Amino acid sequence: MKKTLLITLLIVSLAMSSVLFAAGTKEAAVAKEVYFLNFKPEIADVYETKIAPAFEKETGIKLKVVTAASGTYAQTLKSEIAKSNPPVIFQTNGPIGLADSKNYTADLKNTEFYKILSDKSMALGDGDKVLAIPYAVEGYGIIYNDAIMRKYFALPNKAVSIKSADEITNFATLKAVVEDMTKNKSALGIQGVFASTSLAAGNQWRWQTHLVNVPLYFEMRDANIAMGSKVPEIKFTYSANMKNIWDLYLKNSSTAVGLLGSKSVDDSMAEFALGQVAMVQNGNWGAGQILGVKGNKVADSDIKFMPIYTGVPGEEKYGLNIGTENYLCINSNVSAEQQKMADQFLTWLFASETGKQFVKNDLMFITPFNTFKDNELPTDPLAKDVIRWMNKPGVTSIPWAFSMIPSEEWKNQFGAALAEYSVGRKSWAEVEKVAVDAWKTEFKLTN
Amino acid sequence: MQKSIQKYFALFALPGLVCFAIAFLIPMVMGVVLSFFKFTTVTDGTFIGLENYRRIFINNDFTSALWFTVKFTIVSVITINLGAFTLAMLLTRGIKGTNAFRTIFFMPNLIGGIVLGWIWQVIINGVLLPKGVTIVSDPKYGFWGLVVLMNWQNIGYMMVIYIAGIQNISHDLIEAAQIDGAGKVTMLRSVILPSIMPSITICSFLTLTNGFKLFDQNLALTAGDPGKQTEMLALNIFNTFYGRSGFEGVGQAKAVLFTILVAFIALTQLRLTRSKEVEA
Repeated sequence: MKKTLLITLLIVSLAMSSVLFAAGTKEAAVAKEVYFLNFKPEIADVYETKIAPAFEKETGIKLKVVTAASGTYAQTLKSEIAKSNPPVIFQTNGPIGLADSKNYTADLKNTEFYKILSDKSMALGDGDKVLAIPYAVEGYGIIYNDAIMRKYFALPNKAVSIKSADEITNFATLKAVVEDMTKNKSALGIQGVFASTSLAAGNQWRWQTHLVNVPLYFEMRDANIAMGSKVPEIKFTYSANMKNIWDLYLKNSSTAVGLLGSKSVDDSMAEFALGQVAMVQNGNWGAGQILGVKGNKVADSDIKFMPIYTGVPGEEKYGLNIGTENYLCINSNVSAEQQKMADQFLTWLFASETGKQFVKNDLMFITPFNTFKDNELPTDPLAKDVIRWMNKPGVTSIPWAFSMIPSEEWKNQFGAALAEYSVGRKSWAEVEKVAVDAWKTEFKLTN
Repeated sequence: MQKSIQKYFALFALPGLVCFAIAFLIPMVMGVVLSFFKFTTVTDGTFIGLENYRRIFINNDFTSALWFTVKFTIVSVITINLGAFTLAMLLTRGIKGTNAFRTIFFMPNLIGGIVLGWIWQVIINGVLLPKGVTIVSDPKYGFWGLVVLMNWQNIGYMMVIYIAGIQNISHDLIEAAQIDGAGKVTMLRSVILPSIMPSITICSFLTLTNGFKLFDQNLALTAGDPGKQTEMLALNIFNTFYGRSGFEGVGQAKAVLFTILVAFIALTQLRLTRSKEVEA
């Protein structure tokens, strides 16, 4: 009896002391360090090898960069934030992600970083507070290799009457061109028109988030729903349009449909960079993955964008999908000094001469900050083309309606349904049902 | 002497207790407590009673993962133990190179689950290539892939345990049986099997719990694709906790149920096979 009492006492005292220790380490956090939890694996290198050393050299503050593996940011953030030395700067993907981390986001209203944001309405907040500031505007569509397209349009036996890729302005033309290109695959020296429709685990975001944005946007437009609203259910009215482009991707790809489950986004981008395919759906953030590939065969001047056409009436007037999913937040649970250093870092990166050079040349962001002049915009071909499309007369950009998707789970379920459709285990009607039903249940669960 | 040991018991037990408490007891208690809370980080939450447990069953993810796990465990327990026992019988007959074979069969066990998962994913995708499909095209590929993987990894380990058991059977017993005219089948059924019952207990216990707790192999081989149809319990819990915002508590509740389930099954199984053990 006495023994058990003793053991119990021991355990309890241990439990207590561990709490004491935990509290102790928080106080003694490393003084001159800013911990940044990076979201983008494709540019992790730039932060680690270029920006961090330069920042430390100029200010004496160490920058600790940790990058979450593709598709695991939310879970990495969740476990990192609970640690005794949590990230000071972290990323959120929009109103829905922010709602999840509201408990530990600091008010940024009085920061230098907020002051340099050109359009203050772009920041996300809660009532009076400013909680998240966007740092990059991005655009996506279908990236094409103009050299291959020119080669195609020079073919004597081409089946279409148009003479250049610029003239593709709707789905019917795109389909005619793509299908004819597939017929002439060997003459063009390509393995397929589209790069692999990557469906490996964690690599479905190009479809379940980005591609579905097009039908979602048109549905919201018809129903007069403002971007960023809460949408309890969808009808998926433009489902047939999604099917149009999805079938086109699958049937004219470099990889057989059954093998797509093992392809990653990296594979697709490499195929494009090596000149094995003519088109790939992705955004300007993929520039590094094209230019940086060893043996890259695509000339900078040949990398161009065209909008994703799905056969929606009047789609000629719409451009690329442009928006942002990249907001930075500062952790409110760290010391005031650390929050201040975080502000100092972000302002340094987006306003100082050294920082701006990195942003323009290495990170290749199109930023929403007033510190960048026109001649300081990024110089990579994709960012330039996004800017060209944004300013193109008579064309409206499609905003990112996917920020209204109720949860990550919806994307996962929809992505899985698309994957099953591609191998013939689900009909399109079932895919449609998943999209509509999962939206309803997920909205209920998260609101 | 006895008295002074008793006196210093607490002091000597302290290092062990500290480790036990930090690595097991505290997380365990915290885990059970957290399953009744709604939380995003493990250090703050609000009490919501049994709500998390109710939310486990709002869709059939958990039950379908449970069903998949049960099917997998049944198949793998049978195949692993049969395979391991057969190999053990073969390798206790004094065939040339027995030691080399034993080492080779044991080796896969030294490779970690994630690595094994990747290796087998590549192998299986290679095998399926002529059919123009991958392991995630159909859940049955994932299921059998997992079974093959687990067999490859575990047969060697279980084989070693069975070999030890078989070698421990007293020679007199075998000789006596032979003189009494026992054939091969009788020998196996009435002499060998009863004598190695302790090994069978250990092996079936290990394979059973391993099957239920399987995580890294599942994650690396299929990650639950296509559409969660090859997701096992442990992976389902992980995905609920980390993959869905607002579902941390639900994941925790699933983990508590999971612990109870595994403990219950393992204890029942242990009692059943123990009762068949004989003293030789």
